[in-house]
Amino acid sequence: MRLSDLQIWTITPEIIVAIMACAILMIDVAMPERARKTIGFGLTVSTLLLAAIAVVVGQDAGYTIGLYGLVVQDRVSDIAKLGICLITAVALVYGRSYTEERNLLRGEFLALALFGTVGMMVMVSANHLITLYIGLELFSLCLYALIALHRDSAEATEAAMKYFVLGALASGILLYAMSLLYGLTGTLELAGIRQSVSGFSADDLPLAVALILVIVGLLFKLGAVPFHMWVPDVYAGSPTSVTAYLASAPKIAAFVIILRLLAISLEPLLEVWQDMLIAVALLSIGFGNLVAIAQRNMKRMLAYSTISHMGFFLLGILSGDSVGYSAAMLYAVIHAVVSLGVFGCILHFSGEGFEADQLDDYRGLSKTDPWLAFLMLLFMLSLAGVPPTVGFYAKLSVFQAVIGAGLLWVAVPAALFVVVGAFYYLRVVKLMYFDEPVAKTPVRSSAAPLESRALLTVNGLLIIGIMPWIGVIAEACRNAILLVGS
Amino acid sequence: METVYLLIPLVCLAAAVLVGLAGQWLGRRAAHSITIGAVAMAFVLSVVVAVEVAGGQRFDGSVYIWAVSDGIQFEIGFLIDQLSAVMMVVVTFVSLMVHVYTIGYMHDDPGYTRFFSYISLFTFAMLMLVMSNNFLQLFFGWEAVGLLSYLLIGFWFERESANFASLKAFLVNRVGDLGFLLGIAAILYVFGSLDYAAVFASAPQHATETMTGILGSQWRWLTIICLLLFVGAMGKSAQVPLHVWLPDSMEGPTPISALIHAATMVTAGIFMVARMSPLFELSQTALSVVLIIGAVTTISMALIALVQNDIKRVVAYSTLSQLGYMTVALGASAYSIAIFHLATHAFFKALLFLAAGSVIIALHHEQDMRRMGALWKRMPVTYLTALIGTLALVGIPPFAGFFSKDAIIEAVALSHTPGAKFAYVVVVAGVFVTALYSFRLIFMVFHGPSRLSEDNRKHARESPWVVTVPLILLAIPSVLAGLVLVGPTLSGHLFGESVMPIDGHGINGYGATDMLVHAWVSLPLWLAIAGIAVAWILYLRSPHAASRIANRFRLLHEILIRKYGVDELYERVFADGGQALGRTLWKFGDRLIIDDTLVNGTAKLVGRLSGVVRSLQTGYVYHYAFAMIIGLVALMSWFLWT
Amino acid sequence: MIPLSHYLVLGAILFSIGVVGIFLNRKNLVVLLMAIELLLLAANMNFIAFSHYLGDLAGQVFVFFILTVAAAESAIGLAILIVVFRSRRTINVQDLDRLQG
Repeated sequence: MRLSDLQIWTITPEIIVAIMACAILMIDVAMPERARKTIGFGLTVSTLLLAAIAVVVGQDAGYTIGLYGLVVQDRVSDIAKLGICLITAVALVYGRSYTEERNLLRGEFLALALFGTVGMMVMVSANHLITLYIGLELFSLCLYALIALHRDSAEATEAAMKYFVLGALASGILLYAMSLLYGLTGTLELAGIRQSVSGFSADDLPLAVALILVIVGLLFKLGAVPFHMWVPDVYAGSPTSVTAYLASAPKIAAFVIILRLLAISLEPLLEVWQDMLIAVALLSIGFGNLVAIAQRNMKRMLAYSTISHMGFFLLGILSGDSVGYSAAMLYAVIHAVVSLGVFGCILHFSGEGFEADQLDDYRGLSKTDPWLAFLMLLFMLSLAGVPPTVGFYAKLSVFQAVIGAGLLWVAVPAALFVVVGAFYYLRVVKLMYFDEPVAKTPVRSSAAPLESRALLTVNGLLIIGIMPWIGVIAEACRNAILLVGS
Repeated sequence: METVYLLIPLVCLAAAVLVGLAGQWLGRRAAHSITIGAVAMAFVLSVVVAVEVAGGQRFDGSVYIWAVSDGIQFEIGFLIDQLSAVMMVVVTFVSLMVHVYTIGYMHDDPGYTRFFSYISLFTFAMLMLVMSNNFLQLFFGWEAVGLLSYLLIGFWFERESANFASLKAFLVNRVGDLGFLLGIAAILYVFGSLDYAAVFASAPQHATETMTGILGSQWRWLTIICLLLFVGAMGKSAQVPLHVWLPDSMEGPTPISALIHAATMVTAGIFMVARMSPLFELSQTALSVVLIIGAVTTISMALIALVQNDIKRVVAYSTLSQLGYMTVALGASAYSIAIFHLATHAFFKALLFLAAGSVIIALHHEQDMRRMGALWKRMPVTYLTALIGTLALVGIPPFAGFFSKDAIIEAVALSHTPGAKFAYVVVVAGVFVTALYSFRLIFMVFHGPSRLSEDNRKHARESPWVVTVPLILLAIPSVLAGLVLVGPTLSGHLFGESVMPIDGHGINGYGATDMLVHAWVSLPLWLAIAGIAVAWILYLRSPHAASRIANRFRLLHEILIRKYGVDELYERVFADGGQALGRTLWKFGDRLIIDDTLVNGTAKLVGRLSGVVRSLQTGYVYHYAFAMIIGLVALMSWFLWT
Repeated sequence: MIPLSHYLVLGAILFSIGVVGIFLNRKNLVVLLMAIELLLLAANMNFIAFSHYLGDLAGQVFVFFILTVAAAESAIGLAILIVVFRSRRTINVQDLDRLQG
C-alpha cells in the first residue's frame, strides 16, 4: 500500500471546495462586518470556479477508481461535477442581492452552500455505498440548514422541518435497503454488487425488497409521485435563493446516483424496476402537470412543474439502455440550466419586502421590464418544450429513447400531458404580455447587479436551441454513458 | 482558414445583434460604423478566401453537429469552393456598397439603426446560404433571407401598401418554399443524407429509380426532386408564375431593392440550381422546364417594363427579365455562365437601383418618370454611372453585361435541351426589348425637356458623397467584370469542379477579344443598337409617337399595363377563395367543434380535476409520510402480485 | 449462538416502529426525531449482524459513519425544532400546515 495507490487526485475538486468552505467559515469570523459580504461571497464563487477548473484540468477520459474503491472518476462524474460547480456558482450570483436584502448572506450561508456542493460532488463520484450515503447526507443536512437559516420566516422554518422529517425518513429507507443489499451481496462496492446481483434470480424476495426500498429512497430525492409531497412545500417555503440552489444542480447529482445505483448496479433486475418506474413516471407527469394548473403561487407552480419534469427524466432511465441513460442525462442538465434561469428571473424581479412569488405579480411585466419578460418567456417556452428551445430537445431525446425501447404506449400519455403542461407555462406568458400591470410598481430588475444581469442574459441565450452547446452536451452525454456501459 | 470562414458570417451577425439590441443606446453614428466595419471586414476576408480558392484550396467540413436524429446528422458546415467564393465576394461587396449608400438615403429616417441591423442580418443569412455544405443550412439561409426580405419590404410599416407588399412577398415565397422543402424531404428520403457531397456522389446510382404516381404512371425520383427544388427557386428568383411579389417589393427602401431584390436574394434560386447542377444534369425533363420557364419570364417581364412609369418598377421588371436570362442559362446546362451573369448583373443592377435611388432622393421621393427629365446637368455623377449601368444591362461591348449575356445566347444556341429553339428566339428578341426599355428610362429621366415640379426645379441637385461614391465603386465592376472574368469562365477555370462543366457547347476557350470581335457580326449587338435607336426616336425625337403607338395597339397596351392580369387572378382565386374557405371552417369547425367542445371543454374539466387533486396536499407532514409509505407498500404488493 | 434471522427480525421491528412513529404521531415534533433515530438504528443493527456473519469488516465501518451522521442529523433536527418553536411558539406537528395545496 503506497500513497500513490490512493489516486487522491480523483477527488481534487471536492478537496478544494471542502477546504475553502472551512476557510470561509474561519475568515468570516475574523473579518470586520463590512468587508465580510463582498470578500466571503467573492471567495465562495471563486472557489466554485476553481473547482470547475480543477475538474477540467484533471479530466479523465477513462475510468479511474480512487481511494481503494471508494470513489470513481469517469466522463459522467467529470461532466456532472463541472455542471454542479458552474450552476451552483451562477445560482449564488443570482441570489446575492435577494439574500443580502433578507440579511442571510453570512458566512454560514456560504459555507453551507459550499458543503452542500461537496456533498453533491461526493455523490457524483461515489463508487461505494458508504461514499454515496455520506455524500447524500452531507448535501441533505446542508440543505435543511440553509432553508432554516431564514429563521424569522414561519414558512421557511416549516419547510425546513417538513423536509427534514421526510428526508430523514427517505434516508432511513435507503440506508435500510443498503444494509439488505450488503447482506445479500456481501460487498459495499457498486461494481461488486452488480456482479453478485446478476447471480440472483429476478423474483428473489429479499433482493426485491432491497430493490424496492432503494427505488423509494432515490425517487424521494428526485421528488417523483408518490414521494413528491415535500417538493411544493420546500420550493415555496424556502428563500428563493435557496430554491434556485436546490432546484438546479442537485438534479444532476440525483441523475448520477440513480445511474450508478439503480441503472448500472441493479441493471440485472431491469425487468422488475422498469414497470415500477413506468408507473411512477406517468403518475409524476400526470399529477405534476395537473396540480400545477391550480396554483397561484409561482414557486409552487414551478415545484409541480419540476415533479412532472422528473417524470420525463425517469422515462429516459426506464428505457434501460445507453440511449435512454444519455437522454436522461441530457434532460437533467437541461432542466438544471432552465430551472436556474427561471429562479434567476424570480430573484431579479423580487426586491426588499417583495417576494415576486405570486403569479399576479407578473401581470404586464413586458411593459414594466421587457428584458426580464422576454427571458422569462424563453424559460417558460423551454419548460413547456416548445421547439426552438432546448427544452424541446430534452423531451425529444427522452421520447426517442422510450419509443426506441418499444414502450410507445408509455410515450403517448406522456406526450398528452405535455399539452396540459403547456397551459400553465403559457399562462405566465399571457400574464406578462397581455395583461395590464398591477397598480403597485414593484422593484425593477435593472437594480440588480450588472454581472448577474449579464449571466441571466447568457443563460437565456443558452436556452435557444440553435446554439452549438446543445449538440456538444448531447454528444458528451452520449460518449460518457457509452463509456460507463462498457 | 476555418476560423476565417466562420468569422465572415459571424461578424455580420454580431454587428446586427449589437446594433439591433442596443441601437437606441449606441446612436446613429456608432450603428452605421459598426455594421459597415463588420461588412467591410467580411468583404476583405471574402476576397482573401477567394484568392485562396483561386490558388486551388477547397474546404468542405462541418463546424458543429446541431442534432442527430435516426442516424441523420443535422450539421452546420461550410463548403468553400469557386462557386461559393464568387458568391461571397459579390454578396459582401454589394452589401458594403449598400451599407455606405444607406447613410445618405436613410439619413432622416427614424428607423435608421433598425435598418442597419436588418441589412447586416440579411448579409449574415445570405452568407450562410451560399457557404452551406448541406441542405439544412441552405434551407435555414433560404428562410432567413426570406424573413429579412419580408421585414425590409415592410420597413415603413405604417404604410398600408408596404404592409400589403411584404405580406404578398411572404405568401408567394411560401408557395415556392413548400416546393423547396418537399424537394429537400425527397432528397432525404431517396439519398438518406442532407450533405451535398454525399448526395452528389450517389446521385448517378439513383438516377433510374422511379416512384409510382397516380394511375400507375412512373416518375423518376430525380426529376421530381429537381422540379420541386426548382419550384423553390421560382419563388425566390421570381420566375413566372411566382413573379408577382417582386414588383410590389419596391415598396421597401431603395437600398433594399438594390441589395435584396436585385443583387443577392433573388439570385439565391439561380445559385441553388447551379449548386445542384449534378442533380439537374441527370434530368432532361427538369432542365427543359427550367429553360422554358426562364424564357417565358425573360420576354414577358421585359415587355411589361416598356409601359411602366415608376422608375423603380422599370428597374424591377428589368431584374425579372434578367433573372429569366439566368434561368435560361441554367436550363441550357450552362451553369457557370448563369453564375457569371448573376455576378455581372449584381453589379450593374445594384448600380442602377442605387442611381434610381439617388434620383429619388434628389427629387424628394418622386418616383414617376413623367415628372422627371433633363436631370443630366443637375446630377452628372448619377447620370454617368446610370448610363454605364444601362449600357452594361443592354449588352454593349465592352461593358460587363455584354459578355455574360452574349455567352448565354451562344450557350442556348448550342443547347440540345428540348425547347432550346424557342428559348433562343426569346433571348435574342429580349435583347431588343431590353435596350428599348432601358434607354426609355435614361431618356425620360435624364434627357428631354424638364418636367419637374416647381419645388423640385429649385432644389434638385447631386446627392452627397456617401451616395455617389458607392455608385462610382459599383460602376467599376460594371465596366470591367465581364472583360476580366469571361475568359476564365468560358475556359472552365473560374468555377472548376464546383458546378457541372460546360462541355460540348463549343464555346469553351473563347476569350474576351474573340467575343469583342465576333460581336460585330452577330445579331444581338445590332438588335441592341436598334433598340437604343428606337427608344431615341420614340422618347426624344418625336415624343408623341409613343402614345400614338399605344393608342393604335390599345389592347396590347392594356394587357401590359394590367401585367397580363396575373395579380387579379391570384387575388380572386387564392386570396378571396382562401378567405371564404377560412371563414366557413372558422365558423363551423373551429368555433363549434374545436373551441367550444374540445378546447374549452377539456380545459374546464382539467381545471376542475386539478382543484380536486390539489386538496391531497394537506400540508400535514404525517400525511406526506403516509403517502410515501402507501407508495412503498404499493410497489411491494405490485411485485408480489406479478 | 443466536441465528442471523433473529437480528434481522429485530432490525425489521425497529425499522417498522420508526416508520409508524413518523406517520402516526400527530402531536410532538421531538417524537419524530426519536423515530428517525430508530430508523438509523435498525439499519445499524442489520449492518452489524451481516458484518459479523459475513466475516467482513466493511459493514462495521459503515456503522461508525452512520452513527456520526445520525449525531449530525439530530443536531440539525433539534436546531430546526428550536427555530420552529421560536417562530410559532409550538412544536405541535398538526400546527405545521401553513404550506399546503
